[in-house]
Amino acid sequence: MVEKVVNMAHGGGGSRMLELLEEVVFPALGGGTPLEAEDAAALSLPEMEAGGKIAYTTDSFVVKPMIFPGGDIGKLAVCGTVNDLSMRGARPLYLTVGLILEEGLPLETLREALASLGRWAAEAGVAVVAGDTKVVERGAADGMYINTSGIGVIPAGREVSISGARPGDVLLLSGCVGDHETAVLSRREGLDFRVEVESDCAPLNGLVEAMLEAGGVHAMRDPTRGGLAASLKEMATASGVALEVSEGDVPVRDGVRAFCELLGLDPFLLANEGKLLAAVAEEAAPAVLAAMRAHPLGAEAAAVGRVAEGRAGEVSLLTPLGSHRLLRMPSGEHFPRIC
Amino acid sequence: MCLAVPAEVVELMDDDLAVIEIGGVRKEISLMLVDGAEVGDFVLVHAGFAIEKVDPEEARKTLELLEEYARLDDQ
Amino acid sequence: MRYVDEYRDPGVLRGQLEEIGKFGFHASFMEVCGTHTMAISRAGLRPLLEGRVDLVSGPGCPVCVTSEADIGKAIALAGLEGVTLATFGDMMRVPGPGGTLSEAASRGAAVKVVYSPLEALRLAREDSDRKVVFLGVGFETTAPAVAASLLTARRDGVSNYFVLSLHKLVPPALRALLDMEDFAIDGFLLPGHVSAVLGARAYSFLAEEYGVPGVVAGFEAADILRALCLLMEMKEGKKASVAIEYTRAVREEGNPKARAVMEEVFAPVDAEWRGLGTIPASGLALREEFRLHDAGAWEVEAPAPAGDRGCRCGDVLCGKIKPMDCPLFARACTPESPVGPCMVSTEGTCASYYLYDFREGEG
Repeated sequence: MVEKVVNMAHGGGGSRMLELLEEVVFPALGGGTPLEAEDAAALSLPEMEAGGKIAYTTDSFVVKPMIFPGGDIGKLAVCGTVNDLSMRGARPLYLTVGLILEEGLPLETLREALASLGRWAAEAGVAVVAGDTKVVERGAADGMYINTSGIGVIPAGREVSISGARPGDVLLLSGCVGDHETAVLSRREGLDFRVEVESDCAPLNGLVEAMLEAGGVHAMRDPTRGGLAASLKEMATASGVALEVSEGDVPVRDGVRAFCELLGLDPFLLANEGKLLAAVAEEAAPAVLAAMRAHPLGAEAAAVGRVAEGRAGEVSLLTPLGSHRLLRMPSGEHFPRIC
Repeated sequence: MCLAVPAEVVELMDDDLAVIEIGGVRKEISLMLVDGAEVGDFVLVHAGFAIEKVDPEEARKTLELLEEYARLDDQ
Repeated sequence: MRYVDEYRDPGVLRGQLEEIGKFGFHASFMEVCGTHTMAISRAGLRPLLEGRVDLVSGPGCPVCVTSEADIGKAIALAGLEGVTLATFGDMMRVPGPGGTLSEAASRGAAVKVVYSPLEALRLAREDSDRKVVFLGVGFETTAPAVAASLLTARRDGVSNYFVLSLHKLVPPALRALLDMEDFAIDGFLLPGHVSAVLGARAYSFLAEEYGVPGVVAGFEAADILRALCLLMEMKEGKKASVAIEYTRAVREEGNPKARAVMEEVFAPVDAEWRGLGTIPASGLALREEFRLHDAGAWEVEAPAPAGDRGCRCGDVLCGKIKPMDCPLFARACTPESPVGPCMVSTEGTCASYYLYDFREGEG
């Protein structure tokens, strides 16, 4: 890394963040068990039933503004962690919650965030079993940060992993991309757009159960930071396959498209908090897609591409005109632009 | 070199300001650089300003020309 | 979206490509504008035009042509006590002497990304203890908007609002290109939004003095291909004129009101373009009446430009080489760690080629 200080792009979910992880984080912490590029670790414990594993993950939430259309930091803190567990095929069971509060934070804001967190934990069927609270002096944090860690169980026989995509698989996407970041970014100071798009923030464990019941799901990822583009690149790289996506088949809401046109953004790079991308065996794809569409969180699900011939790690987009262009790993920080 | 998007004027406000809408997205912009934009007109929006009005008659003519190409494709 | 979606019909585009294929010759056109470069790459037009039309990218990305010294000055301003620098997001990652604005922000400089100069003016109104400097980059499309913010600041007496004007003008740059000895193209795809302000007549010198045709084009794929058809027809008929494809937004006379606002606030000055050098009367400076709002007049110490790092952005901007011909492209210079400005801006020629048109192992 060239920089001597941490930069915003190091948290953007793209190639810059990968650089930070690979050069600073993994070498220091990766001694015992290998850290993988998965959303959650799948671990075996000696006392567990034969074949079953536990999934374990952690995530921290910093969002400005803390309340946005379709969600808030509390809901996000549940969904982010529940979804990371779900992407391993785990059934999420328990959460721990760590709060870092800035001196001067209105108690009412804290109450609202926690009420939301509690409500959504119940909705997702997970129990909050431990927590911690720290207060830092004014200026040392921005209002409130929440960390949640989560544990779930992966039943014996389930093998879902970011590295599981196989030749011939069909790529399914659970709905429109870009809603979350559009909802959040449009309210940010200095931009101030009125957009009728709500964050898609939602716990995906129910949808995932329905999909896994249908069978044939090989790989999953929730396209959060870095958007669909980052998830596609991560899946192609981790699975050692090439992916082909038909640009016109990826659903994007009008409001998101218009917002992107105005600010020169790309919907494929915008964060989602309630969507998933799955690589599914070709013969199972119709049944999985039907199961997704039957679930409220997958009503707009679509087949968007396939594992194709080509170099491992390469993602190519088929344009509506029939030409191909390559999709790259986003660098991690995207600014609204006017030119 | 310059992104500008055609958007509909939906509300006129004081001080040459207006609200525009595109695809359900609304934004307050300035009409200071164009003459006589009314509600219902489309304007090109760049950096928070309307820089020109969109001419519906010319837009229709261009589309007609383009449809000729689509017929070429059908043949 | 009205006036957008109608111009993306794949059937129309296929018909247009077929039409272009019918011409029995090869042509090379320069798309002056970075937004065109980006639109062409995103729609995947380049490979479809191969063998018939070679599209060469020009100096139409304001971020890319901003000189290193100017970027250094902007970063130095952002580091001053009591100053907030407001900028379009485009400028955040442009490398200059002493790093980028984004890095300056990581080190504690007050840098705010805004969508409009009016938001910068609002920042100044809300915090009268701070000086708010708006970084004025952009061509004739953007300069009137920045001028309007200055007129409003003067009218309302917002004395803590300043502009560092790095604005540039397109016609003088085209003239500079045409005056270069080894510059040879068959015509220009002219920038639609600059022309909405300037009018097509601002380019009449292309045909009249240089015998080179130009077509003012919109930004949807169908607009671009139709403009290319018109340019091919002109080449075939050996006729050079300046035509408008983007008639729904561009008039022969442009937008006189926007130009009047721009001219009230700014006056043309010689300006340094990255890659092209100093071009007479190609930049805009605040007029004397706006001296009190001119951050360009502040004395700041900026680190000296680093000088030659082997980057060939200059040759890319003049259309002399393709990005892949630069020894740094995709090796030492990528969007993650850009060396030259053409790799920074999303609509920079190199970034656009890197993101959309280039496969690993090529070039």
